Amino acid sequence: MDNDPMIEVVKLTKRYAGHTALADISFTVGRGEIVGLLGDNGAGKSTTMRILSGFLPATSGTARIAGRDVFYDSREVRRRIGFMPENNPLHTEMRVREYLKFRARLKGLSWARSRARVDTVLAQCSLTEVSQRIIGQLSKGYRQRVGLADALVHEPELIILDEPTIGLDPHQIRSVRQLIKSLAGSHTVLISTHILSEAEMMCNRMMIMLGGRILAADTPDNLQNLMAGRGQVIAEIAAPVTELNASLAALANVETFDVSPAEGDFHRCAMTPRTGCDVRPEIFSLTRERGWALRELTRSRNSLEDIYMQVTKPKEEEEG
Amino acid sequence: MQVFFTLTRRELATYFVSLTGYVIIAAATLLVGTSFVVLLRNMGNESSPMPITEIFYLTPFFWIILLLATPVITMRLFALEKYSGTYETLMTTPVSDVQVVSAKFTAAWLFYLVMWLPMLACLYVVQHYARQSGALEPGTVGGMYLGIALVGALFLSLGCLASALTSSQMVAAMVSLTLGVGLFTLAFLPERLETGTHWQAQVLASFALFRQLHDFARGVVDTRSVVFFLSLTFFFLFLTLRAVESRRWK
Repeated sequence: MDNDPMIEVVKLTKRYAGHTALADISFTVGRGEIVGLLGDNGAGKSTTMRILSGFLPATSGTARIAGRDVFYDSREVRRRIGFMPENNPLHTEMRVREYLKFRARLKGLSWARSRARVDTVLAQCSLTEVSQRIIGQLSKGYRQRVGLADALVHEPELIILDEPTIGLDPHQIRSVRQLIKSLAGSHTVLISTHILSEAEMMCNRMMIMLGGRILAADTPDNLQNLMAGRGQVIAEIAAPVTELNASLAALANVETFDVSPAEGDFHRCAMTPRTGCDVRPEIFSLTRERGWALRELTRSRNSLEDIYMQVTKPKEEEEG
Repeated sequence: MQVFFTLTRRELATYFVSLTGYVIIAAATLLVGTSFVVLLRNMGNESSPMPITEIFYLTPFFWIILLLATPVITMRLFALEKYSGTYETLMTTPVSDVQVVSAKFTAAWLFYLVMWLPMLACLYVVQHYARQSGALEPGTVGGMYLGIALVGALFLSLGCLASALTSSQMVAAMVSLTLGVGLFTLAFLPERLETGTHWQAQVLASFALFRQLHDFARGVVDTRSVVFFLSLTFFFLFLTLRAVESRRWK
């Protein structure tokens, strides 16, 4: 069973009365991967996670975790996952250690083992100094870490986190991200988020969801390369305008270009290369041959925001 | 079993870490105390052959406590967890629905029993000052507490069902109060029917809760009553279980 992928979802559909939350999605997640589910609110991220954690049944299709069906073998699956739902609900009247101990016992850990594990996750999530505080009196950052500690306490193979950094300040976001990154390799992690940079930073692979469908799924780098052909090359060169125009037009790999004056003798050239070509070495040798001064040469990569907007845009127009 | 005990302990603890538990106990104790004051006033005028426990059952105070306290005890069991979202964290751990329902019911029932303990003090006072030797007789007190435990289990199982059906504590309390009062008033229906020999009247007569409790208060344990309370309790807990499971097929 160790050869089975961690998550295997085949043609999963979830319909609520009146609308379809998930439409026929399929994906697999291998062991040790950190995968980000990306999408607007209502894209189907939370529904996917709730089905995977066994809280909701799917309307049709199958989902398997470590080779076990989430519906028919629900308790075995739940033993293997640590789930932190959206908004991180906690028993606010309990103390941090008491809560984690309770959760560990609930997840079937023996008394001695739950004690040891609670100490471990308290240290792992930097909660040791607040372990005797009442959860309801803690700041949101601490509460979020309590939720994470709860998801980790029984050493699950798969950790499912629904928007783990929502509502945190930048420092707290950073520490939560570092914590999640440190889980890579030993655990498989599925995270949902609508912040692109976050997915880019933490995940090996991203799945972009919209309206209950998966629109694109790949590594952040591949997703960028997919769009890189459209990226522009910017160069600032000190040269007479006419000569500059002529020599740029002569370059075979430059599809279109635009020259605008910058301060001093410099001109700013924005070039769109032919798909798949890198024209930067040619620009450099051109300036060296002519003896022109070159003070900037960069390729503007499409940010993930652009990719996201491009991927999700046509669909929105269809719906509108 | 570990899950059951862990859950029961937590559920029971929530009554005592918040103010709710103390408020319920204080209110019940106040009503019990008032009823004993009223009882003793009346007994000062005329003597009664009945033990004080039996008289207590016949007063409306007992039924007011029972009907009002049980919905308040049970309303948060499921409704609060659904409302705050912790239901999701609970149900995504490897616990079975049976464990959850039985643990929540057990915790509510244990709390309910604790709520009735101050009454022992009232009985002691009666025995001590009124020289009513029957007040603290082990048989009568045991019978009375058995009756309280059984009728309470029935009303708490109604409350469990109401709480499992909704995510609003208010709705849960109103539903269980309505069910409880409905069950209680069934007992008065046979008197309204013309003859007592119809089968309908006989069926309804078996629902006469206060007549059954009357026996317990005299220290008489009738197997029929015990079976009646236990089977109805299990029936409503079974419905609660179905309501909890419904999430999987709704």
